[in-house]
Amino acid sequence: MARPGAIGSKRLVVGAHYGVGSFLGQRITSVVLVIWVLLIGLSLLSGSLSYDTWAAMFAPLWMKVISLIALLSLFYHAWVGVRNIWMDYVTPVWARLLLQSITVLWLIGCAVWSVQILWRV
Amino acid sequence: MSTFTATKRPRRLYRNLNFPLLLTYRLPLAGVVSIMHRVSGAVLFLALPFLLWLFDLSLISEVSFERLRGLASNFLIKLVLLLLIWSFLHHLIAGIRYLMLDLHIGLGLKSSRTSAIVVYAVSVPLTLLAALRLFGAI
Repeated sequence: MARPGAIGSKRLVVGAHYGVGSFLGQRITSVVLVIWVLLIGLSLLSGSLSYDTWAAMFAPLWMKVISLIALLSLFYHAWVGVRNIWMDYVTPVWARLLLQSITVLWLIGCAVWSVQILWRV
Repeated sequence: MSTFTATKRPRRLYRNLNFPLLLTYRLPLAGVVSIMHRVSGAVLFLALPFLLWLFDLSLISEVSFERLRGLASNFLIKLVLLLLIWSFLHHLIAGIRYLMLDLHIGLGLKSSRTSAIVVYAVSVPLTLLAALRLFGAI
């Protein structure tokens, strides 16, 4: 790591590119969400909304799988966005760590809950 | 050979915005879209448990579906729903704008200004439509 003379302007700047991963992940999940919203929105346009038509929409396994993928995308998307908010406005390390930890645990909780919601239909 | 003497003019100092300055700072519309994208995202994040609960009620049974209908007829809940619908529409449409910008579409000053206007020209009427539907006018 510490090569002799690799200081100042000769310093090797690499990083692990975690930021690129988060950036791309947020964009890809946003596309997934737009598609899911359009899918639900368009199927709602055809016909009146009743419990039977609504529940029937989420009855097939493929719709449950797609919806779970969309909701997991939502939680990852939210994680990147909310983490950015904490990083921008919360400077004390302990407070940031606390808020980020709560956010992660909270989103994992939401993901588990989503499984139950979808598979109870 | 001439010598140049540096004229020491006091340069304007740009610092972070503070709160009183925030109130008078003239933010361009694209800047408004940007901050509202963040605000709407934060609102939707905070509302996640409420939204998942509504989604759950809508799917459990016919009884819970009717309970959701009853809830949604409450005036205050309607206002909350309208705020969430507006947040969602703003976040969705501004998000599509950001996806385009990430693909280097409409990066120019003029086109990005226009697209910022489009975000409001689309999201505000759709929100108004949702409000009319929600409060029973249509």
